[in-house]
Amino acid sequence: MGRMTFIFRRLLQLIPVAIGCTIVVFFMIHLIPGDPARTILGIHATPRAVALLHKEWGLNRPLISQYLLFMDRLLHGNLGVSLYYGGSALSLILTHLPPTLWLIIYSSVLAVLISVPLAMIAASRKDGARDHAVRVVPLLGLGMPQFWLAFLLIYAFAIKFHFFPVSGWGTGFFGHLRSMFLPSLTVALALAPVVIRSLRASMLNVLGAEFVTTARSKGIAGKRLFLRHVLRNAVIPAVTVLGINIGFLIGGTVIIENVFAIPGLGQLMINSIFQRDFTVVQGITLVFAIMVILLNLAADVAYATLDPRVRFSR
Amino acid sequence: MSAIPLTPEPGLPGAAPSPAAAPGARAERGEARRARRWYTQPALMIGIGVMALVLAAALAGPLISPYNPNAQNLNATLLGPSAHHWLGTDQFGRDVFTRLLYGLRLDLRIAFLAVLFPFTIGIILGSVAGYFGGWVDTVVMRVVDVVVAFPFYVLVIALVFVLGPGERSIYIAITLVGWVSYARIIRGEILVAKRQDYILAAQSGGLGNIRIMRRHLLPNVISQAIIYSMSDIVQDILAVVTLGYFGLGVPPPTADLGSMINDGQNFLSTHWQLTTFPGLVVVLVGLGLSLIGDGLADILRPGQA
Repeated sequence: MGRMTFIFRRLLQLIPVAIGCTIVVFFMIHLIPGDPARTILGIHATPRAVALLHKEWGLNRPLISQYLLFMDRLLHGNLGVSLYYGGSALSLILTHLPPTLWLIIYSSVLAVLISVPLAMIAASRKDGARDHAVRVVPLLGLGMPQFWLAFLLIYAFAIKFHFFPVSGWGTGFFGHLRSMFLPSLTVALALAPVVIRSLRASMLNVLGAEFVTTARSKGIAGKRLFLRHVLRNAVIPAVTVLGINIGFLIGGTVIIENVFAIPGLGQLMINSIFQRDFTVVQGITLVFAIMVILLNLAADVAYATLDPRVRFSR
Repeated sequence: MSAIPLTPEPGLPGAAPSPAAAPGARAERGEARRARRWYTQPALMIGIGVMALVLAAALAGPLISPYNPNAQNLNATLLGPSAHHWLGTDQFGRDVFTRLLYGLRLDLRIAFLAVLFPFTIGIILGSVAGYFGGWVDTVVMRVVDVVVAFPFYVLVIALVFVLGPGERSIYIAITLVGWVSYARIIRGEILVAKRQDYILAAQSGGLGNIRIMRRHLLPNVISQAIIYSMSDIVQDILAVVTLGYFGLGVPPPTADLGSMINDGQNFLSTHWQLTTFPGLVVVLVGLGLSLIGDGLADILRPGQA
């Protein structure tokens, strides 16, 4: 099966999931206690405004036709009108997208840079002192609130030593690179325990494989064995682990953007919550789900590309 | 301990096969017994010890501290640690140590209660899907696919927002999002277990489906869900704390670790202890529960180390 066929088939499989996500997001409005229109518009809303919203969302009609109305708007690229900012929710979301994408990519790279060496150190001598030291990392890291970790890093690297700015995302490529370092590091550190755990296990698995025994018997040992034979086979799982945890990573960016005042989707989401801007919160929730679905697909394709054994055979 | 199923945000099913699911079984199996004897059991014991300490502190909070967690004393704001105030006071002159104990109490209660609903619902739906298969399985698993597509924090925050901040909303949100992991774990286990001879025997013996699921299958598959629930409680505590940090948790002035960290953030450069200690407590709880989860995994899953 060719690569395009593979991608196309995976895309087809994702359509029902994407439709399911729109249903979930649609129903969010109906979880609002009482009359959604009244709650959304606030207590000072005129009866006319409430009636208008009722008409726009078809709140008087049966649920199924309300959903079809919602889907019709969605398919025309209309996520509704922001109740607080006034303009189109979609364009608002699009302007806040770049910082979030930066953060996702930057923190993925840092997570790999942190996890791969540590997992290698741990796997190189199983049950040794270094292995135990590395295995403590997930135990401590998994229970760590991300925003709390962010404060510790801010205190250490931005307040005590002025290595990095306390907040913002900088200007220009290098400005972003510097300003986004601490936020990305926080997200990466939160993700690292999960990646280290899986990587260590898969490296131990590779170390037990027959081709490693063969390499050893040929006299290849130490660094060369690790870099040329083990690492190459263990990085592939790292991509998969990142793909599987992409939702966790995105959840992290929402929190971290608010700590570091980065003007991305996460900050827009929390700000919209404070402004009780339901349409924007609804839109962002959907956009995040679509992002997870697409990044999962990307991880799948990357996995199949990196690992010749998979070769789109499934 | 490497085999604990730690996927706070598992990807879409049908995505790439997870190589992590079958960790170094070959390399580790031979050492499993030795590992259980000297390393793993202590992990469980230390974990239980840490949690016992934390729970005791949370339960005995009112006995340990003479202060009211919400009593303000504007003559004694932002004091440093002293014999009277072990961790100092916050910007309203409230004793930080006392608020820490009460906040811990609240957050632990919410997290432990919050895990019960998704645990139960996930196990029921996962069992039904795995046992009956067919369209029931398809429907349940498609719903799982959809819920899993949303980042955990995004969906929980959005749900608590539309439901209105507060404890009840947290339970509902975590239940709606959290059941999928249990359903997946149990379904997978049941798919394997239902092909075993003792189940076939029970079926041909004429036992009812409900009885088979409840009496014969469940005791054999539930251990995986229990192991996962340990890391799930950690995740729920983090969710509660995060919601508190964003002001979506239990409304002030009630002490909550998340809102304490949020309050302390304004005084980070001068009073770092206000943010640091509530977070440390959360880390301690996470450590204890992770150790228990790891220890349970090794005891309940012999041969998989």
